[in-house]
Amino acid sequence: MFPPVLIDIAQHFAVLSFLAIGGVNALIPEIHLRAVEIEHWVNDAQFAQAFAISQAAPGPNMLIVSVLGWQIAGFFGGLVATVAICAPSSVLTYFVAHVWDRFRTAPLRRAIQHGLAPVTVGLILASGYILARTADHTVAAYAITIATVVLVLTTRLHPLLYLAAGGALGALGYIGQ
Amino acid sequence: MMEAMEEANPVPELRPTCGELFMSFLAIGMQGFGGVLPWARRMLVEQRGWLTEAEFIEVLSLAQFLPGPNIVNVSIIVGRRFNGVAGATSASIGLMFMPFLIVLALAALYARYAGISAVRGATDGVSAAATGLIIAMAVKMSYPLRHSPWMIAIGVATFLVIALARVPLLWVLAAMAPISVGIAWFKR
Repeated sequence: MFPPVLIDIAQHFAVLSFLAIGGVNALIPEIHLRAVEIEHWVNDAQFAQAFAISQAAPGPNMLIVSVLGWQIAGFFGGLVATVAICAPSSVLTYFVAHVWDRFRTAPLRRAIQHGLAPVTVGLILASGYILARTADHTVAAYAITIATVVLVLTTRLHPLLYLAAGGALGALGYIGQ
Repeated sequence: MMEAMEEANPVPELRPTCGELFMSFLAIGMQGFGGVLPWARRMLVEQRGWLTEAEFIEVLSLAQFLPGPNIVNVSIIVGRRFNGVAGATSASIGLMFMPFLIVLALAALYARYAGISAVRGATDGVSAAATGLIIAMAVKMSYPLRHSPWMIAIGVATFLVIALARVPLLWVLAAMAPISVGIAWFKR
């Protein structure tokens, strides 16, 4: 009654939901591992497209999951993937928020926050590396990535400007294949 | 006496309904280009006054330390605070509703026009720039850690095992998180 692929999608993304410490950006290498390398649901090019489309849309950056689900199994694939990545962690968050007041000032809470910080930074850097390897196929694409890194770190321009500039350069054919 | 005073001087309590939660998070979801959290702060603290600045930071730190999409966790915590399960459900569905439809519409448009080389090129360009944004975010987030050798070691080790060795995240978290939290505990 329920297409098996939807059940597979639900299972993978429900597990990913619990692993998403530090947000979905930190989760990109693991999503790539499961969707591309293990399940072969999509190829590298489709993964890169899903990432680009999700970044060009408003809203949470977890939308890459919605696009991947859609690529795998259409509208309901997208819906199942989105609900699966949100629901398990949301239920956990609901109950933890309930008891949060009890350990509001606990030293353990501060140790957890300090301890998870470097792990999260390492994960997000790994996401950038995997995305560059997956999505950047030409010298020009790497140049856009590197220029964005340098400009973000040295100026205060709005993030949308980089996406618009990258899109414009690509549309004019400067990236090539 | 106490009761009379409380009645005479009621605490002004902003208690949004489920409908108000839904509409506010709907707006947050549609505004959030390139990261939703700044928009969420603006709406919840400045525009609606549902949270103070300190309350927002507390909600955010809880949302970040739990697994799951951070902004979804924010919607769950804020929705729950005002209206329990119904509030959490209204806020989170409001948040995801429009972005979900918009991103699928974009994906469908892309699939239809992917044959045009300008469209493919534009996607490659957006993707290259967005990759740069993520790397820059990681670099910025590493600034506060740079004076702590053990934090640098943990960050570098996490990067290496995920990016180069491609170890599944579950194993990495199961090993790195307790080690890192343990070190933080003894260094406190």
